[in-house]
Amino acid sequence: MSKIAVTGDDAIAQAAKLVNPDVVAAYPITPQTIIVERFSDFVADGEVDTEFVCVESEHSAMSACIGASTAGGRVFTSSASAGLMLMYEILQIASSSRTPIVCAVANRAISGPINIHGEQTDQLLFRDSGWISQFAETNQEAYDQTIMAFKIGEHPEVLLPVAVGIDGFIVSHAIEGIEPVTKDAVSNFLGGERKSSLRLDPDNPVSIGLLHLQDYYMEARAQVRDAQQRSKQVIFDTFNDWRKLTGREYNPIESYEIDDADYAFVTMGSGAGNARTAIDELRANGEKVGLIKVRVYRPWFGEEFSNLTKNIKGIISVERAHSFGSPGGILGQDVKSTLFDAKQTPYIAEYCYGLGGRDCLVKEWVEIYNRSKQGFKEGKNLPYFWWGVRE
Amino acid sequence: MPTLKEYAKKEVHFSGGHRLCAGCAAGSMARQVTMAFDKPTVICNATGCLEVASTIYPFTAWKVPWLHVAFENTSAVASGVEAAYNAMRRKGMIKDEHIDIVAFGGDGGTFDIGLQSLSGALERGHDFLYICYDNGAYMNTGIQRSGGTPFSASTTTSPAGSVVPGKGQFKKPLVDIVVAHRIPFVATAVPAEPKDLIEKVRQGLDVEGPAFIHVDASCTRGQRFDPTLSIEMTRLVVETCVHPLYRVVNGEYQMDRPSLRIANDSSKKKPIEEYLKAQGRFRHLYKPERRDDLIKMFQEDVDKRWEEIKAKCGV
Repeated sequence: MSKIAVTGDDAIAQAAKLVNPDVVAAYPITPQTIIVERFSDFVADGEVDTEFVCVESEHSAMSACIGASTAGGRVFTSSASAGLMLMYEILQIASSSRTPIVCAVANRAISGPINIHGEQTDQLLFRDSGWISQFAETNQEAYDQTIMAFKIGEHPEVLLPVAVGIDGFIVSHAIEGIEPVTKDAVSNFLGGERKSSLRLDPDNPVSIGLLHLQDYYMEARAQVRDAQQRSKQVIFDTFNDWRKLTGREYNPIESYEIDDADYAFVTMGSGAGNARTAIDELRANGEKVGLIKVRVYRPWFGEEFSNLTKNIKGIISVERAHSFGSPGGILGQDVKSTLFDAKQTPYIAEYCYGLGGRDCLVKEWVEIYNRSKQGFKEGKNLPYFWWGVRE
Repeated sequence: MPTLKEYAKKEVHFSGGHRLCAGCAAGSMARQVTMAFDKPTVICNATGCLEVASTIYPFTAWKVPWLHVAFENTSAVASGVEAAYNAMRRKGMIKDEHIDIVAFGGDGGTFDIGLQSLSGALERGHDFLYICYDNGAYMNTGIQRSGGTPFSASTTTSPAGSVVPGKGQFKKPLVDIVVAHRIPFVATAVPAEPKDLIEKVRQGLDVEGPAFIHVDASCTRGQRFDPTLSIEMTRLVVETCVHPLYRVVNGEYQMDRPSLRIANDSSKKKPIEEYLKAQGRFRHLYKPERRDDLIKMFQEDVDKRWEEIKAKCGV
């Protein structure tokens, strides 16, 4: 199929249309609005036969999603920032209820002060909730990962909700060409014709969401832990199936120019684009630098991450997110704890950048590299640093 | 409509062995509600007494599909369940049969924290019956005041002290708020009038679109009375006109027989003091000294609301 030009939000809506969920329950929030608007168009024009529940809050959005998924439906929603925080309580119950809801996130800074632009802190705040958490760099990735998210979450070995994040405005509102797939291809990819999977079945009554006290609560939580671990193989298999279908290659942890690299950026989402361009410029000047892009943040693919860092002398972890009073960034803490187990621990420099949608230009990535390399050469790790902030 | 004897022979989908307190009227209500089920039915239950006491893993008291997600969202959960059934039925994924959906919430989960979710679901017009079992406070967490707690009641967060004599506000007019959503069916009920309650549940489930029933379900622990008197206590709220029984069908108010008897013969209307004296939560209205001022305020509010409801019902 020939390419189509769409925004990142629109790409996700188009993907959701192909999936044709039974229920979409969502509440509008910038910069996610295009997703729910487009999907409303599909409903209004009969292009999907989805029940669109236009709820009165994000809290009710996620609650309705759990109700719909528990009833046996395929469910999609979308949110951002304050919306995710309003549904924070219910996000935890989505995973413990084992409801494979797919939530597209147009990552946005969190209040206060209020800001509507790109930042990944919102999605990282529910890293411990049991959700499978992914980030997409481009509109094509957003499209592909949205479709794949259903297959991953609904796998009987997994049955967990999946979040797919795109940087607000930077991706959500930017127009790029994407290669679409057909509805039939998506249907086949997701296992063909769906059969009833009623859990709230009057013919077979069960109770769901029971009170677990000291005698059973830990076992219930451990089941989510185990499902997260089992999802790793399902994610590999799903990415592999998608490659066979589309030729597009996906990995939980990806790399660029890493084979002979002495130093490596680590980042997630749209920042990887500028990082690659910076790497090209630096390599033209003889610098041996590469990139590790974390596509799947939860579950954390530590082994795959470590395999890429074996020969790295210095890691430069750069995240469009922040954490107050912590020993480093949010992604940075995963990176550091993974490296703690490595045979040879590289130096590390941690950066918070681009909060509230602030640009980080290619030349700034080069500056971040030069600053970090200087520190590494002096034989030290660089403390958590907020790049570009006027102190 | 079946007689009460026939109802008593019907299958009860809420079994004994649950861990509600002795004398809990919510349990009686739950049994009566399930007697109205004559179609495939699922229940969505907000966090609260009924939820925690009926489903302590690995046990459940429910013989119909039952779902609990959280406290403040059961109307939204029911919305999602209804939407999924509709979609899957349309796509031929499930049997082409109607499934009744009942949502239970306590007064805290309905008057207070669940009000937004309820309002949203009513506005969207989902086909479900919401039953608020109102025991007059957050009884599950230890008798804290809610928007449903009556005036002057002593709770653990509106205690009767030497200066402040219990809750200073009157009960939120929840039924009025629900009626304002212009849904097809709204009613009040009590476990002391089982036939009336069961009929209303059936009627609420049979209308297309949202239905709502406000049940006064007395709480022996929180309202402070002998556990053998819980059903009597829910009769007393009707006899004192604290909780008149009526229904609003497509906007038309209709008073039901137990209250109609009082409306037709005002000598049958019991003074509020019979209700207040029966419960320990109002003890401070009598000891250390009688608070005629507060008793009078309570009675005046009951009378005013009773006259309003009578007028709406045209009696």
